[in-house]
Amino acid sequence: MTKSIQVFDPAMCCSSGVCGTDVDQQLVNFSADADWARNNGAHIERFNLAQQPMDFANNKVVRDFLERSGQEALPLILVDGEFALAGRYPNRTELARWAGIASVVEVQPASGCCSGSKCC
Amino acid sequence: MQFIDQPPRFLFFTGKGGVGKTSIACATAIQLAESGKRVLLVSTDPASNVGQVFGISIGNNITAVPAVSNLAALEIDPQAAAQGYRDRIVGPVRGILPDDVVKGIEEQLSGACTTEIAAFDEFTALLIDSPVTDDYDHIVFDTAPTGHTIRLLQLPGAWSGFLEEGKGDASCLGPLAGLEKQREQYKAAVDALADGKRTRLILVARAQQSTLREVARTHEELAGIGLKQQYLVINGILPKIEAETDTLAAAIYKREHAALNNIPEVLKQLPQDQVALKAFDLVGLDALRQLLTDTPYQQHGTNESSVEVDKPSLSQLVDSIAEDGHGLVMTMGKGGVGKTTVAAAVAVELANRGLPVHLTTSDPAAHLSDTLNGSLDNLTVSRIDPHEETERYRNHVLETKGAQLDAHGRALLEEDLRSPCTEEIAVFQAFSRIIREAGKKFVVMDTAPTGHTLLLLDATGAYHREVARQMDKAHLQFTTPMMQLQDPKQTKILIVTLAEKTPVLEAANLQVDLRRAGIEPWAWVINNSVAATTTISSLLHQRALNELVEINSVAQQYSKRYAVVPMLKDEPIGVQRLLDLAAG
Repeated sequence: MTKSIQVFDPAMCCSSGVCGTDVDQQLVNFSADADWARNNGAHIERFNLAQQPMDFANNKVVRDFLERSGQEALPLILVDGEFALAGRYPNRTELARWAGIASVVEVQPASGCCSGSKCC
Repeated sequence: MQFIDQPPRFLFFTGKGGVGKTSIACATAIQLAESGKRVLLVSTDPASNVGQVFGISIGNNITAVPAVSNLAALEIDPQAAAQGYRDRIVGPVRGILPDDVVKGIEEQLSGACTTEIAAFDEFTALLIDSPVTDDYDHIVFDTAPTGHTIRLLQLPGAWSGFLEEGKGDASCLGPLAGLEKQREQYKAAVDALADGKRTRLILVARAQQSTLREVARTHEELAGIGLKQQYLVINGILPKIEAETDTLAAAIYKREHAALNNIPEVLKQLPQDQVALKAFDLVGLDALRQLLTDTPYQQHGTNESSVEVDKPSLSQLVDSIAEDGHGLVMTMGKGGVGKTTVAAAVAVELANRGLPVHLTTSDPAAHLSDTLNGSLDNLTVSRIDPHEETERYRNHVLETKGAQLDAHGRALLEEDLRSPCTEEIAVFQAFSRIIREAGKKFVVMDTAPTGHTLLLLDATGAYHREVARQMDKAHLQFTTPMMQLQDPKQTKILIVTLAEKTPVLEAANLQVDLRRAGIEPWAWVINNSVAATTTISSLLHQRALNELVEINSVAQQYSKRYAVVPMLKDEPIGVQRLLDLAAG
């Protein structure tokens, strides 16, 4: 049974144009890594606070985390619903461990600007 | 009128606020209905007086207009649409997620793009075949979506994994996340727009050089995405007969004809109609029926019981600005209201009083700033090119952050970078290099960021870092850059508008937006006012009376501190004419 990785992103919105001011390389990199993990069978879901706040509100772990640490502490990563990491995005090794990916197979280019960049 | 000849099913009128789109759209709808066609008129004008025009209340439901058979109307309030859109996303989590989180999400969804997309969402249903619209031969819109919105909806990558899966990956689509309808509907709507057999776009302009330049850009952008069937209407042209009686009228007549003779090349190919300036208020059926005819202006016993209102000069306003000896002055307003002229007049007034001033402008025409350079001892002038700055900024983001993206991702990022906010940010970043000088002298700028942009920049800290870097170099004391902008001692924002209904409302919206960011605009400047002149032209005199109503509403509702700048006979170029402008 594949583990489910859920990534709760901070509020990001293209319409802001903040896109440009501070496009975060971390996010671009994570987008590439998440894509790689997916291609290797990992199950990864991402939620953007500005667009899917209900998914934050409906999850007690996430809701409590926001109460306690505030939105500045995002992103929050849950693995099978349990706290795994917060405050930064995981790297490829961490993703591989959670998803049970044995070894690095191939590197795929990143896709989807905003799934990664902070432009949204 | 050619634009009304053999019209297709959909007619869209576009142009900047105050050019008369809504009036022309109303007049068109009436004419088509009276020729026996079944017509639906859709207005998104925030100052919508469509209901008032027909003497009924319309609102967000299709309502038959009893006074005109075959005509029905619908009013879409873009602000309300955007609010509804925010409520759909934010409403369910209010009280569940922490308040500051909810507030943050709301701000993300408070930009101009969200308003646009939300309005588009509202009229998508009208562009596709449905029982609601089958009854109408023509649907007339007093607005059109921007190229940015249409392109965003056209991008195949924009939709992948978004509506189908309903989950996250196309997070680029910030503004699209609250859309309710199916992807097929948006596609059908966009297809209808780009189909010349079904859709005609009518560009509405005034006979002014800057307005015509702007319209030429809109034309090229929309033609570029397939809206090829375009017509041009130039509204509000001063009749020649007026020019014979009055020097101001003669100057306006001359200026308008010069602008028409020098019309941008790309607009020359479009079928063009001209509509004469009318003295009457465009309220009531008779007035609207006359709008598109060549009936000469007839004086129906002018209403001389004018509103009494003070018209303080810009120079008086500068008296208070000068007291502090230094500071940042920014003019803000929609395109075409004369931000650059007002900024230049303020700078010249200050410099003329012996105060050190740095005027920095994004004026695309450059002749205004060029003629000022070196003309006064205390005045320095610098200029940045908004297009150049935006381009540089865009390329930088694409080269650095976009380097690893695939074709779809890159297309989306490119479109994001074409959002109007991007230019605002790029230009403001360029200006922020000069802001630090405001500690020792006056810095006058012809642009200011909107409250929405400031809040978002402040939230990410990007703006803070940018300005902090600049301030450190100058060893200035500051708390946060936001606080510098919020402190009226350090920063004075002048909202520039025209004495007309829609521009005043647009300016009021800018003010609300700034207040959300904790910034109180310092004063309003009403530019290009006929009421502040001594015209004897009866047509212009009637215009002046209408203006007084608007000036009065600014004084009563929006800003106690304001100035009225007269319309000049000559273009305000050079020190002397700018001083004349400020003197009123």
